[in-house]
Amino acid sequence: MTVDASRGAEAPPELVQLLTPEGERVEHPDYDIDLTPEDVRSLYRDLVLVRRIDLEAVALQRQGELGIWASLLGQEAAQIGSGRALTDVDMAFPTYREHGVAWCRDVDPVKLLGLFRGVNHGGWDPQEHNFHLYTIVIGSQTLHAVGYAMGIQRDDANAATIVYFGDGATSQGDVNESFIWASVFNAPIVFFCQNNQWAISEPLEKQTRIPLYRRASGFGFPGVRVDGNDVFACLAVTRKALEAARTGQGPTLIEAFTYRMGAHTTTDDPTRYRVASELEAWKLKDPIERVKAYLFKNELADQAFFDSVDGEAGQLGADLRRRCLAMPDPQPLDIFDHVYSEPHALIDQERAQFAAYLEGFER
Amino acid sequence: MTVLSLSKALNEGMRKAMEDDPKVLIMGEDVGKLGGVFRVTDGLQKDFGEDRVIDTPLAESGIIGTAIGLALRGYRPVCEIQFDGFVFPAADQIITQLAKMPMRSLGAIKLPVVVRIPCGGGIGAVEHHSESPEAYFTHTAGLRVVACSNPADAYTMIQQSIRSDDPVLFFEPKRRYWEKADIDTTSTDWWTPLHAAKVVRQGADVTLLAYGPMVKTCLEAAAAAEEEGRSLEVVDLRSLNPLDEPVVLESVRRTGRVVVVHEAPVNSGFGAELAARITEQCFYHLEAPVLRVGGFSTPYPPSKLEEHYLPDLDRVLDAVDRAFGY
Repeated sequence: MTVDASRGAEAPPELVQLLTPEGERVEHPDYDIDLTPEDVRSLYRDLVLVRRIDLEAVALQRQGELGIWASLLGQEAAQIGSGRALTDVDMAFPTYREHGVAWCRDVDPVKLLGLFRGVNHGGWDPQEHNFHLYTIVIGSQTLHAVGYAMGIQRDDANAATIVYFGDGATSQGDVNESFIWASVFNAPIVFFCQNNQWAISEPLEKQTRIPLYRRASGFGFPGVRVDGNDVFACLAVTRKALEAARTGQGPTLIEAFTYRMGAHTTTDDPTRYRVASELEAWKLKDPIERVKAYLFKNELADQAFFDSVDGEAGQLGADLRRRCLAMPDPQPLDIFDHVYSEPHALIDQERAQFAAYLEGFER
Repeated sequence: MTVLSLSKALNEGMRKAMEDDPKVLIMGEDVGKLGGVFRVTDGLQKDFGEDRVIDTPLAESGIIGTAIGLALRGYRPVCEIQFDGFVFPAADQIITQLAKMPMRSLGAIKLPVVVRIPCGGGIGAVEHHSESPEAYFTHTAGLRVVACSNPADAYTMIQQSIRSDDPVLFFEPKRRYWEKADIDTTSTDWWTPLHAAKVVRQGADVTLLAYGPMVKTCLEAAAAAEEEGRSLEVVDLRSLNPLDEPVVLESVRRTGRVVVVHEAPVNSGFGAELAARITEQCFYHLEAPVLRVGGFSTPYPPSKLEEHYLPDLDRVLDAVDRAFGY
């Protein structure tokens, strides 16, 4: 048996890559992509802005303004590449780290902070953005996504579903059940696994003995491993998989081979379980730097462009900080809202009792 | 009037709901060609097709998880869990996702999913086929938990549950599946609200509180007690979450004595909730403590022993005697 849980910085041979870490454009026989200079500049802008959102959120957490934050640092290309492959009618189901995909779905970044600041459990309308709420329980959303895709099938709609999860989630029963359902019902879905090498402190070796993308073949659908730090390749591979889903060819598993450069969340300390040299090796594969190098080398952008994007990022960060601090606290009686869609006597009773109790302090 | 068994009444109720609303789907293991192991979905796939009556892979979490996704897309899935003991692999999806997603979305999401669970014992089944897991779910905010006890309620309550915009856990008393009653399926004036309890027998001395399979047992106990000159009132709770508190409390205030009867273990069972609520609100009306009759603090026993485990007429009447002893 071949054991290959390759997790190191060396790129495995089957990795789909269209842009090298040095910013060189390379071809792939199955995944061609035609990007205008404007497209590339736009992708670069997305990468920089979501990194800034993330850095600002980490800073806010460090200053006590957020209870916790799950950083996407290092995973920007996987999220922007796949997110920009979606059409308006496609539906995305995230974990709790898909801030870059949320950006692509036009979810106001300040709304992402609500969950982590503790003012709500997810404050955007999933139907408005076709971006589902963050799901905390690992892998649960994969089944929701397949069910949604089965709904798309029944509606005969020209749309697809994409669901995000991490390498750790692939050990969950729900994820495996979702693979079975998707395969059996030929559901129009793309499984997008961001293999960032670490499930909190558990390395990939604790989840699998084979490369994750190869799992798909056991369930009866194709799997592909893409360079998750290459925004071009992530865009191309996801676009093709979504098109396959939309045209009745069923599911695809994409394993975006990437690296979580930060901690799992801000409560975590990666220095306890991984060596510094691993991080240093991955820094050389930074998803933003390679696009920047490509733009420079090909004279598709000048310094003024990069300065302007940096300026925009600075403004976005400042604006996010200001609006985070201005986010109103929920009111005590909000506890009872939205538990049920229809009237519920016990909730009404408890709300009234608690309201009376609170009024007792005001007299 | 049509004579229908409880299982057939559920079948007719689902058929009606599917005819009324093309978004209603049935899903579960063996619900299609076989018509379910209890034949509750018999004939529905033949008439509505495989896209609406979905035979699923054998995985309960998958059934509920994909039903949630279908509901997010605007469908109204009715899931069958084959037996009570098999709901636990689905418990995560029910408790962490189905129950909480509407609140998580600040009301933007509605999840009209019905989870049908054949529950309870008395059919001589093997392990994990005779349990009463309702209290696990009444403890979870965001779910509605109901239990039908007779064919007429089965017919209406399943339709009401499917129409509800909230998730509903629908407990079916499997040992009553084959009991029959006259049902007027043409009438439109019998809609008791889904959350409402019913006084199914009036009495003056003791209130028996029951739901699902134990309602019939309590009615038999009340008939037997009458011969001894005792007048027992029987309340069929029908809905456990929310509980129809006014009907329960009004009955208790009149009789002053209460015996709660359910198949689930007494310890931390739904009877404990009833006893607490009644004690809190009817303390000065009570002639005796609220007494509970139910399963023991043991796993459900092998079927050769289940007649001793399940509350029967004698155990109910014994509790009634005790209620008079104070």
